[in-house]
Amino acid sequence: MDWLNAIVQGTLLGGLYALFAAGLSIIFGVMRLVNIAHGDLIVLAAYLGLTITMLLGIHPLVALLVLVPVMALIGYGLQRLILNRTLGEDILPPLLVTFGLSVIIQNALLEVYTADPQKLQAGALEIASLNIGGLAIGYLPLLMFVTAVIVIAGLQFIFYRTALGRAFRAVSDNQDIAQLMGLNRRHIFAVAMALSLAVVAIAAIFLGTRTSFDPAVGGGRLIFGFEAVIIGGLGNLWGTLAGGIILGVAQAIGAQLHPGWQILAGHIVFLAILAVRPRGLFPRMDG
Amino acid sequence: MADPVLQIRSLDAFYGDFQALFSLDLEVASDGVIAIIGANGAGKSTLMRSISGMLQNRPDSILYQGEPIGGLRADQVAGKGIALVPEGRQLFPSLSVEENLIIGGRMRRPGPWSLAAIYDLFPILQERRHQASTSLSGGQQQMVAIGRALMANPSLLMFDEISLGLAPVIIRQIYEVLPKIIATGMSAIIVEQDISKALEVSSHVYCLQEGRVSLSGQSDTITREQISEAYFGARSDHGLA
Repeated sequence: MDWLNAIVQGTLLGGLYALFAAGLSIIFGVMRLVNIAHGDLIVLAAYLGLTITMLLGIHPLVALLVLVPVMALIGYGLQRLILNRTLGEDILPPLLVTFGLSVIIQNALLEVYTADPQKLQAGALEIASLNIGGLAIGYLPLLMFVTAVIVIAGLQFIFYRTALGRAFRAVSDNQDIAQLMGLNRRHIFAVAMALSLAVVAIAAIFLGTRTSFDPAVGGGRLIFGFEAVIIGGLGNLWGTLAGGIILGVAQAIGAQLHPGWQILAGHIVFLAILAVRPRGLFPRMDG
Repeated sequence: MADPVLQIRSLDAFYGDFQALFSLDLEVASDGVIAIIGANGAGKSTLMRSISGMLQNRPDSILYQGEPIGGLRADQVAGKGIALVPEGRQLFPSLSVEENLIIGGRMRRPGPWSLAAIYDLFPILQERRHQASTSLSGGQQQMVAIGRALMANPSLLMFDEISLGLAPVIIRQIYEVLPKIIATGMSAIIVEQDISKALEVSSHVYCLQEGRVSLSGQSDTITREQISEAYFGARSDHGLA
């Protein structure tokens, strides 16, 4: 029963990792940009969420109504003003600039919010649970997982069923020819980053209600996100969800074996999959 | 003659420090069809890149409907009604055949071309519309590339090396429909290695050599001897108009 419990809880946690990963996956897919600051942007969003809940006295989930558009705007501006200037043949400038951005965000958060751990208060939702055949399933983890599935399904819809998705894929395929279709790649990239940070906002609220956070935890979230993307296969959104679940389950089983092995078990499974399937479990089929 | 749709006036084009075009002059009459011929490296592709905005130049070196466009980005030029069928087709591999066509029409310029009109022109594309564009034969891919450009309802359509790498029977089919397409009301620039095809469909021809116009004239009066001189630079006194 303990093992079954570990697998179920790990699966639900995997939803959170998939949310971390989805934003990374979007921008890597559209503009081949590896955003080193992604984890710190999640933490930034969590702090902004904290400020919004405190200022307006609202529930963290309600704060999403404000936080999602705010993060999307930040994403659009960040891409237009800074990141677009780094994109080109050379892949080093975007890595360096997002790394610098990561340092800047961490230090700005320290300056404004101090190093004290913070938490978003979700009230009764945090401890309420559903009892299914002896397994206690928390409402919050369940909500987290369902949200992840909805977000991935929504992104899948945007990418494959809408004009915006066509533009994303066209720009990703061939920037020069996409420009000939009247697509301004600078704008398309900025919209992709806005979408990425909108997902970051959702991930941040769940991160902040599930555990405490401080300005230094971004790096770890980035690693979990990366691992989920790579396990699932680059450019495959459902694969990213599967990657998140595999990572979550591996961590939960590791923790079941020994409390100190939680994080290690996730990394070991990641390395094992990378060794056997270097392109991930479900790589996108491209011609 | 009506005002030209495109006027190129002493265009110099550069890749970094390397100059690819030298003081080039060229004109496309309204509803006219010109052909551009020349050896590899003569500057044909650079000229296409310059007009389409993929390569930016001095603004007034390229006038489109009287308006300077030499300094605009490719997406801005496309919005004004200039479309390009690029060399090597360059379809979007992640998009299906139909999506490739739809994205060509995303600017919603008014005109005769729509999905239905393209499928009417190339019925095979309707059968294959949900397939990946990369799964088609070379000739069918060229039809998609032409359809994608037509979907923009351009006033000026440029074809860059459309017969390159295609079987002769396919080339013949494409050149059979080309005049019909152009007759729906647009000007065209045809860049072509196949000189007889180029002369057949155009009213005016320009030959480029080493980034300069080495010959220009009426397609029906120009002689093979003139062309081979202009093409290979056999004599130094080229440049008759």
